[in-house]
Amino acid sequence: MKALCWYGKNDVRVETVPDPQIINPHDAIVKITSTAICGSDLHLYNGYIPTMQKGDILGHEFMGEVVEVGKEVKKLKVGDRVVVPFTISCGQCFFCQRELWSLCDNSNPNAWMAEKLYGYSPSALFGFSHMLGGYAGGQAEYARVPFADVGPLKLDNGGLTDDQVLFLSDIFPTGYMAAENANIEPGDTVAVWGAGPVGQFAIKSAYMLGAEQVIAIDRFPERLRLAETEGKARTINYEDTDVVEELKSLTGGRGPDSCIDAVGMEAHGTSPVAMLDKAKQMAKIETDRPNALREAIQACRKGGTVSVPGVYGGFIDSMPMGAIVNKALTLKSGQTHMQRYMRPLLERIQNGDIEPSFIITHHMKLEDAPNGYSMFRDKEDECVKVVLKP
Amino acid sequence: MTETSARERQMTRYNQHQDGDTASNERLLYALGGGALVLVGLSRRSLPGMGLAAVGGSVAYHALTGHWPMQQSNGIDADYSIRVNRAVTINKPVEELYRLWRDFENLPRLMSHLESVTVQDGKRSHWVASAPLGKTVEWDAEIINEEENRLIAWRSIGDADVESAGSVRFEKAPGDRGTEVHVKMEYMPPGGVAGAMFAKLFQEEPSQQVHADLQRLKQTLEAGEVPSTEGQPRGG
Ligand SMILES: NC(=O)c1ccc[n+]([C@@H]2O[C@H](COP(=O)([O-])OP(=O)(O)OC[C@H]3O[C@@H](n4cnc5c(N)ncnc54)[C@H](O)[C@@H]3O)[C@@H](O)[C@H]2O)c1
Ligand SMILES: [Zn+2]
Ligand SMILES: [Zn+2]
Repeated sequence: MKALCWYGKNDVRVETVPDPQIINPHDAIVKITSTAICGSDLHLYNGYIPTMQKGDILGHEFMGEVVEVGKEVKKLKVGDRVVVPFTISCGQCFFCQRELWSLCDNSNPNAWMAEKLYGYSPSALFGFSHMLGGYAGGQAEYARVPFADVGPLKLDNGGLTDDQVLFLSDIFPTGYMAAENANIEPGDTVAVWGAGPVGQFAIKSAYMLGAEQVIAIDRFPERLRLAETEGKARTINYEDTDVVEELKSLTGGRGPDSCIDAVGMEAHGTSPVAMLDKAKQMAKIETDRPNALREAIQACRKGGTVSVPGVYGGFIDSMPMGAIVNKALTLKSGQTHMQRYMRPLLERIQNGDIEPSFIITHHMKLEDAPNGYSMFRDKEDECVKVVLKP
Repeated sequence: MTETSARERQMTRYNQHQDGDTASNERLLYALGGGALVLVGLSRRSLPGMGLAAVGGSVAYHALTGHWPMQQSNGIDADYSIRVNRAVTINKPVEELYRLWRDFENLPRLMSHLESVTVQDGKRSHWVASAPLGKTVEWDAEIINEEENRLIAWRSIGDADVESAGSVRFEKAPGDRGTEVHVKMEYMPPGGVAGAMFAKLFQEEPSQQVHADLQRLKQTLEAGEVPSTEGQPRGG
């Protein structure tokens, strides 16, 4: 089959590789009909996630048709149409049973690597480094899906297109959990750093969860425009103004009640501290660049909540711990507990509450995925989200 | 002293401890056959001519007395031993785990380095484990302490390749979290000081190996399979 393989920084290639086989009894093989490139993939593409190996197949946002099932698979059948969550969960451990799916104890074959870095291993993810499982991803014609009765969401063929449901695989639940983690109460103002796909879904979800006003922060006009037209957000272009001051004035001096960092470890910035972060990251003495996070902590009102869906891999410097303590902030984060959200959000789509395809700017063939990566990374051609068709 | 008298003394100690409190019971590490040490290739066969200082009985002796040479000095002497202390919580009842473990013949399915275990009678068993470079090591073990649904302890007997002791303790985890499985092992590397120094270089390995085995046990029992990516496609 054809698959997109990682070969190093800025080097991804579509290659012909063997088809995946059933390895474990709870596996299924899915023939992929649609798959997307995620902001998380950019962290791999830019070489910031450790324990990648040449030849690794990327991709964790995919859906398709079940073509084979292992002998212990009870619920899925050949022919079922499914969306596959990006986290891999066993369904039986302490964490899965408490719906903390992205913390599953039993899905990471390389748990020891993550234990060295984090103390304990989270769940494995598709196509996201060996430390997080080393599972081949879904930017391919086929993928092997472990614990097939626990992860994939079965769709009846009730007329929803791939474009409408594909983002149930990651970014819609991720934006939604980010908003849920923000502890939104009626009357609240929510500020969202990053108007990428995750930020866009966080904006919509914040309103679904009762926010009074949402403010989006980015520097790309087309993304800010999307946040305004689709998300009904007010916007701040961080290149034009001091974000913390601007947020103060937009909230009558109080500050946003909740702040969401939907940017993550590669935040852009021009302040001296941001430049220093960039230099440190290049020199490999700081793994992540946290200027959006720092700003979110700084801007947040007293007693507010900072929710962090943005991915961080390792260590950050100059964490404003003083602001967290002295303003009594709550900090919440995590890879998304996918299965908690997939079905309820599918219902939201069916009800017409949201039309997730609004973020798609580009459809491409899988063969063109390397172009898709560079275009999405550099925000060329007003690219917001690339969907690949194998 | 002869090995027999050492063993008799262990048994006496053990009986004393059994009447005692839990804390002292926890210090009971018994001689078991080799497990993880095998992985670092420290069998007598794989280290020919290395002195082979006979330290018969002292592993279990240290376990029994709670006297650990490592805690007392950083130096290495003929008393040097390798200890492993690992725990995992498994979302299954104590009884199920105890029953599974007590049938040693189940263990090779769960522990990657064990090739076979043959139970000879209620107390004795023969163990074969793989060692690096395609070698195997073998030993006989006997159970020397057993409390139903709580503790199994064993040690190597006779002419074992690796003299060692081990125990596994099962405890109900708080708040419905299943069962805590605590494994303790101690190995006396053969080969005297040289062997001990060699073992020290690899000290993390046995502990990591036991940890991985316990994880595999947990995965098998909870998830019904051990996660794997072996054989999946990749580029290049
Ligand atoms: N927690 C999870 O489970 C999960 C799931 C999916 C994605 N993510 C993470 O979410 C983050 C966003 O993903 P995405 O797909 O939207 O990526 P993206 O790269 O398309 O979007 C990031 C946006 O942040 C903006 N940005 C950069 N620096 C900024 C700054 N200093 N202030 C404000 N905005 C800034 C960029 O201009 C860009 O529009 C990534 O870190 C990704 O890894 C997390
Ligand atoms: Zn993603
Ligand atoms: Zn689990």
